[in-house]
Amino acid sequence: MENNKPLIVQIRDLYKSYRRGAQIIPVLENITLDIQEGEFLALMGPSGSGKSTLLNLIAGIDGADSGNIKIGGVEITSLSETELAHWRANNVGFIFQFYNLIPVLTAFENVELPLLLTGLSKKERREHVAVALRVVGLSDRIDHYPGQLSGGQQQRVAIARAVVTDPTILVADEPTGDLDRVSAREVLDLIGRLNTESGKTIIMVTHDPRAAERAHLIKHLDKGVLHEDTKASL
Amino acid sequence: MGIPYYYSLRNLWTRRLTTILTASGMALVVFVFASILMLAEGLQKTLVDTGSYDNVIIIRKASKSEVQSGVERGQASVIEVQPEVATGADGQRLLAKELVVLISLPKRGTDKPSNVVIRGTSEASLKLRPQIKIIDGRMPRPGSSEIMAGQSIARRFKGGGIGETLRFGMRDWTVVGIFDAGNTGFSSEIWGDVDQLMQAFRRPVYSSLTFKLREPSEFEEFKTRIESDPRLTVEAKRETQYYREQSEMMAKFLRILGMSLTVIFSLGAVIGAMITMYAAVANRVSEIGTLRALGFQRRSILGAFIMESLFLGLIGGGVGLFFASFMQLITISTMNFQTFSELAFSFTLTFGIVYRALLFSLFMGLVGGVLPAVRASRMNIVDALRAG
Repeated sequence: MENNKPLIVQIRDLYKSYRRGAQIIPVLENITLDIQEGEFLALMGPSGSGKSTLLNLIAGIDGADSGNIKIGGVEITSLSETELAHWRANNVGFIFQFYNLIPVLTAFENVELPLLLTGLSKKERREHVAVALRVVGLSDRIDHYPGQLSGGQQQRVAIARAVVTDPTILVADEPTGDLDRVSAREVLDLIGRLNTESGKTIIMVTHDPRAAERAHLIKHLDKGVLHEDTKASL
Repeated sequence: MGIPYYYSLRNLWTRRLTTILTASGMALVVFVFASILMLAEGLQKTLVDTGSYDNVIIIRKASKSEVQSGVERGQASVIEVQPEVATGADGQRLLAKELVVLISLPKRGTDKPSNVVIRGTSEASLKLRPQIKIIDGRMPRPGSSEIMAGQSIARRFKGGGIGETLRFGMRDWTVVGIFDAGNTGFSSEIWGDVDQLMQAFRRPVYSSLTFKLREPSEFEEFKTRIESDPRLTVEAKRETQYYREQSEMMAKFLRILGMSLTVIFSLGAVIGAMITMYAAVANRVSEIGTLRALGFQRRSILGAFIMESLFLGLIGGGVGLFFASFMQLITISTMNFQTFSELAFSFTLTFGIVYRALLFSLFMGLVGGVLPAVRASRMNIVDALRAG
């Protein structure tokens, strides 16, 4: 990675804790992190280390106790809930461990879903969905419901949904966690291509060393503290 | 743009069995609701159709119905010569002096007695009611003990059929004709010669006078003059108005009964819908989390679940109305409390009832769905996603 690329994510002094009854459990402590545009970052760490929490904070679906997160020049920690939802629709692509497709919608409709929040016309939406499904190699499955697709195919539909709005960042939470080895490789190849060929900034939480290998940069979280970078052996 | 409507529809389709069961509960309520409104409507329509707009009915002041009324012969003669009374093609005045008496007759099959209106009619009576047609036999001859019966009477009362004999007023009366009065109250009446009937029942006075207006617009003027005439103790009403008043009490009773039943039933249906919708929300927690993460606002989630519940209500309403529409095939007869006489009428479905029933079913859907939808929209995104 070149070092002169602009920073897309800037996190400063981030704290986050959960409350369990009267007890306050710190999850993230004093996190400071910069991510360059076009970066492919893997966040690793044991269960409960706070990596998913950090990802949720970056994706704008959870709120920090203190500290700042600036993404693409927007200070998301100061946005209202409504503004934040609007911001997510335009700037974040989500890839979940269990794909999180809507079972009653077809592959096409699932991918179209985030586009409904944009001002695109029906025709434009159709074109965007067609492109996204072509990128993930599922053009022939547009009318299939999630239940009619394999796990790997479902995750590819989910990836199409994540990229269809051309978001600023892609966040992936254990994207291969529910897949067999072959499907996992296909999905990782696809995510890798989105980074190398389309220049997408990707932040991925994973347990799987094979998945982390694909990233340019690996950061470890342990007990809420971020440790030194490890360069992936690309 | 919010969450598309087909998301809500397909979710209902996905859990068909629950949808059907919940909608059936609502359908039952809508069925009851619509049926009772149809009943009230049928009653009112039957009675209102009985009258015609350019006919005027004269009854004794302060009497609510013909049965309670009495118009003396002298007063009748004064009214008969008023200029507003229309004249027929034969030069005769289109005015009928009539007698209305209630008698009790046994019903066919059960022998249960019920009140029936006997109307003493004169020559003009039939001309004033063009909707009445003789469908069997002939008109009774004036001055004889002959009568004719409305279709409902012929069908439902012992001795009401053609050629049969009825005994009342200490005489035997032979049914020589059957008339069809369409969907009007006359179908539940027996007609005979007014003078013969007055003798038989020893009545010195007429019950009412009905006449056709020369000019329908002259009514108000006529009414004012007649009611302030010191020789007369009568009031004039348009026939349509008179019959509407006759049906008011009964229709009101039916409507109140209907509303009370519906409100009680609907509580059950609304709770059913609420349970269904709470289950729907509980089963789709991670879906809700996903939609929120993708950027859909809380109000979109709220809207999607309320929409789902409204659809559920609409299905119930549609099914309920579908079955209620078959009630139109049924004709029932009951005692009209206001006239104390038997009246046959059908359930009548109108656009207004369809509209109200659907609105009511949507309302049940809304009430049942609003709390679950609020719960869905208030979920924390991270917790919701974790629930998957």
